[in-house]
Amino acid sequence: MSPGLSDWSFFVEHRAEIFDATVDHLTLVVIATLIAIVIAVPLGMFIVQRPALRAIALGVANIFQTIPSLALFGLLIPIPFIGGIGRRTAVVALVLYALLPILRNTYVGLSGIDPAVLEAAEAMGMTPGQILFRVRFPLALSVILAGIRTATIITIGVATIAAEIGAGGLGTFIFRGVALVSDSLILAGAVPAALLALIADFFLGRLERRLRVV
Amino acid sequence: MNAKIENFSGNLIEFRDVSFHINDIPGREVISGVSLTVPVGETVVLLGRSGSGKTTLLRLINAMLLPSQGQVVVQGRATVEWDPIRLRRGIGYVIQEAGLFPHFTVAENVALVPSLEKWERGRTEARVGELLRLVGLEPSEFAGRRPHELSGGQRQRVGVARALAADPPILLMDEPFGALDPVTRAELQREFRALAQRLGKTIVFVTHDLREALLLASRIVLLEAGRIVAVAPPQEFLRLEHPEVRAFAASLETGPGVLA
Repeated sequence: MSPGLSDWSFFVEHRAEIFDATVDHLTLVVIATLIAIVIAVPLGMFIVQRPALRAIALGVANIFQTIPSLALFGLLIPIPFIGGIGRRTAVVALVLYALLPILRNTYVGLSGIDPAVLEAAEAMGMTPGQILFRVRFPLALSVILAGIRTATIITIGVATIAAEIGAGGLGTFIFRGVALVSDSLILAGAVPAALLALIADFFLGRLERRLRVV
Repeated sequence: MNAKIENFSGNLIEFRDVSFHINDIPGREVISGVSLTVPVGETVVLLGRSGSGKTTLLRLINAMLLPSQGQVVVQGRATVEWDPIRLRRGIGYVIQEAGLFPHFTVAENVALVPSLEKWERGRTEARVGELLRLVGLEPSEFAGRRPHELSGGQRQRVGVARALAADPPILLMDEPFGALDPVTRAELQREFRALAQRLGKTIVFVTHDLREALLLASRIVLLEAGRIVAVAPPQEFLRLEHPEVRAFAASLETGPGVLA
């Protein structure tokens, strides 16, 4: 069955609800991504000079990504404080998914800097802190942003699953559509989610190119 | 600048029986028993093959490396006793490929040490203009450019200007012209020689190119496998009998071209 006129009229009729769900969805994504940035970027800066910690941090972040999202949501529900039904649990799961791309790119960006530049920085008498914040970080910024972009896209997709544990968002339509075998409902959730991903990709991609040095 | 290296006469840099081995493992020596003094105003060229320890010696001077044995004394004080940050801000450093900061403009690159030392803006700007003119780059044309918008030779000029910014008495140069095409290299070597004579800096210059050594040095120090095997002013260097000197001298005569 291809989307037809009935899907369109459904969309128009329920535009207010779809809009609210989109806003909910976006809120979920923005909160989760911001928390992931706040955790992963400093952690990435911290592990650059510490190989042992780096292996552990990247390994753990990697494991989170291999857990199927529905399972991760399910696993989090019984955990006290962070678990339960609703948005908080969803945010925790989304943060865990968003960590790896940001962490990995922060590390890669910070460690992939021309050794001659770092040698010059050290020889000019820059302190390790100055080298990190004035040389490594600005040069790594576009790579870090690429990680944030990946994390955002992943989060937009995974957040649709979060409806299953009562977090709201566009997934609500999709799950309801699956249960009622209604294409209109599924599309009402899937199309805005896809659009969000495309728009986020476009704007973050532009920002990333602007921050790229050379 | 409180602890700046200044107004020091005599030997600015002195190696006292210095050895250096990687990870402090004896037997794996990169530098063995080097003693050397560099008097004020001299240009000492460290000459040697790849792996002879030239760059290691250079990095021992600004405490990027610390000696495993012996002492490296800069302005009367051993490098282990210096605050490395203070020491390095008083020593200019130029490397191959320049190592310019790609996210800084030419002016910002040159102004690096002044900005670290928190100079006033006007003073920094004046200094940047002065230095760019000194290395033959017109400030109005080049100050706002990024390193990737420059040729290799121009980048290296900026590298020299950056090293001179805070007027350090010592300049360390690690094959600064090594990556340039022969024509540009010869041009920069000639200009740099004139500049060095005019500025009166104490310079330690690393190269594997005997011709460059002969052109720039007031003294050539030849290294072989981490040891000094010959020290001589350029006019006497080629007359030395040491086999490594002969090997380098032979490098002048081989090659397809006719020597000038």
